[in-house]
Amino acid sequence: MHIERLEKIFMVLGGILLAVGIAAIGASVLAADVHLPAPSGRIDPRTVRTTPPFDQPGVRQIGPNEYEAVIVAYIWAFQVSPDISSNEIHVPVGANVTFKVTSTDVIHGFMIERTDVNAMIIPGQVTEVSYTFDKPGEYLIICHEYCGTGHHTMFAKVIVA
Amino acid sequence: MSATTFTAARTIEQTASEPMAQRWAIRWQLYLGFIALALGGLVGLLQAIERIDIDLYDEAGLASYYQGLTLHGVLLALVFTFTFGNAFLSLTTIRGFGRPLASTALVQGAFWTALAGVVLAAYAILTNQASVLFTFYPPLKAHSTFYLGAVFLVLSTWLVSANQLLTWRAWKREHPGERTPLLAFASIATYLMWDLASIGIAIEVVGFLLPWSLGWINTVDPQFNRTLFWFTGHPIVYFWLLPVYVSWYLIFPKQVGGKLYSDGLTRLVFILFLVLSVPTGLHHQYTDPGIPVWMKSIHLFTTFAVVFPSLITAFTLMSVIESAGRARGGRGLIGWIRHLPWGDPSVSAQLLAMLVFLLGGTTGIINASYTVNKVVHNTAFVPGHFHLTVGTAVGLSVMGISYWLVPYLTGNALYGRRLAVAQGWLYAIGVLVFARGQIAGGLNGMPRRTAIGAATYELSSWNLENWMTAIGGVLMAIAGLFFFIVMVGTLLSRKPAEKLEIPVAEARFDSTRTLPLLDRLGFWFVIAALLVVLAYGPFFIAYLPLNLTSPGWNVWQVSGGGDTWVDVLAAGWVVIAIGAFAWFWRLLQGAVFESRRLGRD
Repeated sequence: MHIERLEKIFMVLGGILLAVGIAAIGASVLAADVHLPAPSGRIDPRTVRTTPPFDQPGVRQIGPNEYEAVIVAYIWAFQVSPDISSNEIHVPVGANVTFKVTSTDVIHGFMIERTDVNAMIIPGQVTEVSYTFDKPGEYLIICHEYCGTGHHTMFAKVIVA
Repeated sequence: MSATTFTAARTIEQTASEPMAQRWAIRWQLYLGFIALALGGLVGLLQAIERIDIDLYDEAGLASYYQGLTLHGVLLALVFTFTFGNAFLSLTTIRGFGRPLASTALVQGAFWTALAGVVLAAYAILTNQASVLFTFYPPLKAHSTFYLGAVFLVLSTWLVSANQLLTWRAWKREHPGERTPLLAFASIATYLMWDLASIGIAIEVVGFLLPWSLGWINTVDPQFNRTLFWFTGHPIVYFWLLPVYVSWYLIFPKQVGGKLYSDGLTRLVFILFLVLSVPTGLHHQYTDPGIPVWMKSIHLFTTFAVVFPSLITAFTLMSVIESAGRARGGRGLIGWIRHLPWGDPSVSAQLLAMLVFLLGGTTGIINASYTVNKVVHNTAFVPGHFHLTVGTAVGLSVMGISYWLVPYLTGNALYGRRLAVAQGWLYAIGVLVFARGQIAGGLNGMPRRTAIGAATYELSSWNLENWMTAIGGVLMAIAGLFFFIVMVGTLLSRKPAEKLEIPVAEARFDSTRTLPLLDRLGFWFVIAALLVVLAYGPFFIAYLPLNLTSPGWNVWQVSGGGDTWVDVLAAGWVVIAIGAFAWFWRLLQGAVFESRRLGRD
């Protein structure tokens, strides 16, 4: 099989390019500590409301600067506190928040804009992601997976002050 | 029909190697794709202008943005791509082997099966009983005819593949010891890859979703089904792309006045796609909760590996194009670009599609980049990306291919050449504006698959991005209109086409130096299957037992749907109508054939 010199060089460069890309991704995991969501347990979506911790949605402080936010996603809202009419989570600046989320019905999305929080909420699975809010402000939590005709009304807020 | 059409038809019959009984089925397969393209594109326009608060869904008779989005995705990503692949790669198999397909029943069957699939799925979607988008993630539960339609659509591709393999076997008997012609080889490799890839969706639909929608089982496991979907859902993009690669590698060089670079390298590229396309699907599920991280990371490597054949393609095509430009008298570092046959709409559309694909490929690597994926996953960045790839690298190339293919299939001269040239440019400019809007929006946190115009949380920074999406979408829609003017004009044209041949490029380095191992698709198929077992086996074993806890949800109809028996009855009528039409059509074909035969005698 004939491959010209220039094409050989290009193929080698292409291989190097991909290897460098993989190395950079490896560095983001090992050095910069960026991680993807990992399995955090299964749940029966039909009994989420009575299964701890999802029977009591809301934010709890679990250590110095450590918070846990338990959230139930359902069509078409995030329940972020025992009060179902509220869609706001309040945490202080510098808080490291671990979000535990699951769905009672269909697949939903969990994205917090201006952060790297981005995960799927799949019925039957518990999603766990964390983020440290170093800057004060209002962050939208957006459902980014189609979940029915009210999908574009499904959001909540993290208010960092 | 007029006398001129008959003359043209007779000319084709004499020059082409496929009999009329195969040709009409291929032609109608293609037309079915065009109908899907027209309707799907039109719905796309509605989506684009929804971004700037122009809501025309009521006027279009659609219940919601999401019913429209389901139509858009199913018609364009599934129906249009499948039917084009079925038609085009059946034809290239015929041309490659220089003989008709082995089975006329299969080529006709592939058309009827695809049509039945479209009708069944369209019925469910149009009656608003399947607003589940083209990914139909459970526990969203559509009407059973939707899943049945999916079954039929996939079945039609398998029939095409079976026919290719039978034809290959027949050709080998007729040509013992000869190398498989490259054009046929590439066409068959594409479908073999898809045969392996489509196993995931087949198990998902037949094993879970169809029985679930019929009420035979009550619950499904959304995480597991999602994994089956993406088992097929990533390689499906190569099933969209490879028919266009067949054109870019083997037909386009001839059109641009050059030669295919190398027989062996082309075989290698198609084999790499066959082997590496399928074990990559988990990179669509980087952010899924139910999949261990180390398994996701394996698919990072395989996904990067499958970028490699596209890098080779980029170089090979550049070299083909540049040498063609220089052969046509082009000089200087970039002077040769001007000398390319830009006035040929088939060439210019494909050249522009290739240019846009550079951006499409780059954004694709961003999506696949594991941790970086967290920035873009499920944001508008993703539709920004795939309108550059499937929407343009594939979509615009198909339009370009159609500018010679439809004259070839009908015997009619291309209508409105200049309009066709303008079409390609307008579409390319349109998609770049559109994708710029979507990509920037995605980076600013705009979710995909969302009626942004109606969203209750819109950010002010999305204004410009929404406008770019809308303006780009409108330009693409106008270009689409141009395309259909050209196509309908060609169909109705009474001027016979000048050339009635499929342009196939010669190789600069032919098959005499190609390794024999590069001919053995069966061997490479086994390697591909083994890789799939390695890449998915651990997941499936570790994941069991299934978590069958999700009942179905209809989250798009405020009031419940109609009675199931009414739907089944209606769907039954549709199938009966298709059958009756098929019967009538065959009668008509027989009569026309008979009259032609008499006319000739």
